[in-house]
Amino acid sequence: MKPLATFHGGIHPPENKAQSTVLPIAGASLPDELVLPLSQHIGAPARPCVEPGQQVLKGECIATAATAISAPLHAPTSGTISAIEERPVPHPSGGTGLCIVIRPDGEQRWAPRHACAAWQDLPRDQLLAQIRAAGIVGLGGAGFPTAVKAGTRPDRIIDTLIINAAECEPYITADDMLMRERAAAVVSGIEILRHLVQPATILIGIEDNKPEAIAALQAATGNSGIQVVTIPTLYPSGGEKQLIKILTAREVPSGGLPADIGVLCQNVGTAVAIHDAVVEGRPLISRITTVTGASCQQPRNYEVLIGTPVSHLLALAGWDAKRCDRLIIGGPMMGFSVPDAAVPVVKTTNCILAPTREELPPPPPAQACIRCGLCAEACPASLLPQQLYWFARSGEHDKLEAHHLFDCIECGACSYVCPSSIPLVQYYRASKAEIRHKQREREQAERARQRFEARQERMAREAAEREARRQARAAAAAAAQAAKARADAEARPEAPIQPAADPVQAAIERARALRAGQTGDSSAASSTAPSPRQQAEQKVSTLEARLTKARKRHEEAVAGGEKTAAALASVVEKLEQQLAAARAELETTEEQT
Amino acid sequence: MAQQTLSSPHLRGALTTARVMQLVLLATVPGIIALTWHFGIGTLLNLAWACSFAVALEAAMLRLRKRPIGFYLSDCSALVTAVLLAVALPPAAPWWLIAVGMLAAIVFAKHLYGGMGYNPFNPAMVGYVVLLISFPVQMTAWVPPRESGALLGAMEAIQRSLALAPQAQIDAVTMATPLDLLRQNSALLIEDLWQQNPQFGQWGGAGWEWVNLAFLAGGLFLLQRRIFTWHAPVAMLAALGLMAALFYDGGSSASGGSPLFHWLSGATMLGAFFIVTDPVTSAVSTRGKLIYGAAIGVLVYLIRHWGNYPDAVAFAVLLLNFAAPFIDYYTQPRVYGHGATRPAEREKS
Ligand code: SF4
Ligand code: SF4
Repeated sequence: MKPLATFHGGIHPPENKAQSTVLPIAGASLPDELVLPLSQHIGAPARPCVEPGQQVLKGECIATAATAISAPLHAPTSGTISAIEERPVPHPSGGTGLCIVIRPDGEQRWAPRHACAAWQDLPRDQLLAQIRAAGIVGLGGAGFPTAVKAGTRPDRIIDTLIINAAECEPYITADDMLMRERAAAVVSGIEILRHLVQPATILIGIEDNKPEAIAALQAATGNSGIQVVTIPTLYPSGGEKQLIKILTAREVPSGGLPADIGVLCQNVGTAVAIHDAVVEGRPLISRITTVTGASCQQPRNYEVLIGTPVSHLLALAGWDAKRCDRLIIGGPMMGFSVPDAAVPVVKTTNCILAPTREELPPPPPAQACIRCGLCAEACPASLLPQQLYWFARSGEHDKLEAHHLFDCIECGACSYVCPSSIPLVQYYRASKAEIRHKQREREQAERARQRFEARQERMAREAAEREARRQARAAAAAAAQAAKARADAEARPEAPIQPAADPVQAAIERARALRAGQTGDSSAASSTAPSPRQQAEQKVSTLEARLTKARKRHEEAVAGGEKTAAALASVVEKLEQQLAAARAELETTEEQT
Repeated sequence: MAQQTLSSPHLRGALTTARVMQLVLLATVPGIIALTWHFGIGTLLNLAWACSFAVALEAAMLRLRKRPIGFYLSDCSALVTAVLLAVALPPAAPWWLIAVGMLAAIVFAKHLYGGMGYNPFNPAMVGYVVLLISFPVQMTAWVPPRESGALLGAMEAIQRSLALAPQAQIDAVTMATPLDLLRQNSALLIEDLWQQNPQFGQWGGAGWEWVNLAFLAGGLFLLQRRIFTWHAPVAMLAALGLMAALFYDGGSSASGGSPLFHWLSGATMLGAFFIVTDPVTSAVSTRGKLIYGAAIGVLVYLIRHWGNYPDAVAFAVLLLNFAAPFIDYYTQPRVYGHGATRPAEREKS
């Protein structure tokens, strides 16, 4: 089959692949220790299920998948867990991450394996579970858990399975060598995927600069219905979106997934890992990694245990640290440089590039953009990189989004061609991070606003409840008083005369006065000044009313963001103090009377 | 062991901005040779003045703006501006004219707008138009071509260039260009004009046709080196040719000249391959470049035919410089994954 379409732009950087394909894949020797970061994939980091000091067997699970989108880890060899600690990890940010460290015992004793030659008979779920349990993630670079990707929802129809064998980045030959040497395993892995996804069409997309691999695949696929599609060498044809366009003439909608247009895309290395896991019961404990660059005496591909320190691998390839200008994990276009050769090889490490300074000179200082448009010509997403650069520099985030910054796949083609050597991709990365950060802040502010409103509501409700309770109490107190007074009145004839200081006596006096007032006899009560208790009561209720009013004003001020809020807050405080004092006074008067 | 860390990509292409500018300079060489052959050493004198002023002004402006002088001078963009203005001016133009032109180009059109890359208008064309409006006499004093038998001698040229030549002498050795003649002519057949005036060569005017062909060759060289795409120059030439063909009546006095005449006359090829393709001031996208070039072609014809100026390229370019942001706005390319996507075939086989 011929490719159906081309994508816009693309570049032809020097390939530099020949030097690492001279020798076949070699098994890398066992290092002194293996360092396995818990986060080697997209999704939640794995959760360790071993303790330091524990003995583990080769292939034994040492960390489990923490959530639905996560992947377990397995011991790449038998040995002792020597630590679970922070170590430098291969990540663009150059930081550390929690790792399980294994000291190999050199015996390579395997844990029991669950090989399943008759996988055709397994139900789909079980097959997916096996892939998931083997810790397989996309080996092409992103590291998305394969079981999640292959286990698409039943309402999504996948009509095309694409196997990404383009390997378009310069220098990298891991997939190339894998296809040359293990074409049968590639096909076997694809068959398992076919069983899982039931696509109508299966296409292997491979660049025409790998004739040996193409021949091997063609021989291995035979008349299985799997089509090997040779595509012109053009960077970045191995980008998922670009490959889909080339092979199907369909475009993944912006912000969407290949599944939205009926396509599932898997890397060839992943297909082999699936074969190993299902047919041989071998979890993902090793991968093929290209070690190359002019500071290595003999560039070649290694089958490496996951967790092997990069420095160990470089030593095998005859690395001369003095000649090396920087260490790049991945290819020269999209790889990132790491400050430390102690970082381990992880599941997604397809290449270690150790170039000399002459080989990949550091960029000259950037000059002004001359709007030559070469970047727009090269951009595989049909963006206008020079406009994005302009807006990124002036921090115009709205314009950046309007010019589809988030459709940029960070392939670096624009930076590659820019004659003013402007680090365009760096600007885009920074802007994307800024925009994401702002978005998070907006979301947080929104949440805070909601919280504040909820609190306001709660406070208003509580105030209303308090008020209701207070009224109820007041009513109850009044009723009780009345009842008591009635009782006193009834009891009076029998009651002994008490000294004036006696509270009972006082109550009687009060009741009498009250009754006198009620019956219109003003001589007893109305002519006298209000009692201290009455005064205190009055004070408390006025203060309460004022406080309620002040609280309300304060709440309004806060909600409306008025400047008076602070002043009102102190008013509320003062009133609260006054009220407390008044209540205390009331109590003492009650005690006195 | 600590390694240095850099951001991807770690690989970059060989083309640099300075290299682009150097190639552009190189591509003007055939045109300069043709100009010198046909109009005398006056062009070389123009170039010498213009380049000296350009470098001096550029350095002064960079110093005022506190930018590293050597770094920015090395991009050669000031020299490109100087060369483009120098070849557009009448050969052996007085030095002060060139100085004023370079001042307008480098100081006003370039640095006051923020320097290289930020200028909305083509600096060389700004310089040209400022001079044309301020000093129409000097700007229309084009020297006669070799074919007329009145080629300016070296001494005369130097005298003129140093502004020492008396006005009478200047007038004596000034000749209208074919474009001027065609516009001024009102009573004869074009063929008669051809015969009466030694300025006319075979297609576009004596000397002029060779100058234009030389600039065309330089332009094709740049095209082959992928310094720019074909869209803007081809659109401009096509539009100009189409306009000329539409208004050409086979040679009566009122005719505007044949497409061939327009292609090979005046600053057509210089404009098409060295001015219209100026990346900084033109439209960005492919479609935008087509529109931009075509509009310039149409305007060039309109101004040449109905306007009042000896050539129209500068005005047309400046007008479209002004319109370029709008063209850009309306010709954004369709980004991958936006619209026009084809869904999965819903039936499973
Ligand atoms: S390639 Fe560089 S100089 Fe050219 S338009 Fe793009 S950003 Fe500007
Ligand atoms: S990095 Fe982004 S803007 Fe640059 S070419 Fe790639 S997709 Fe286009």
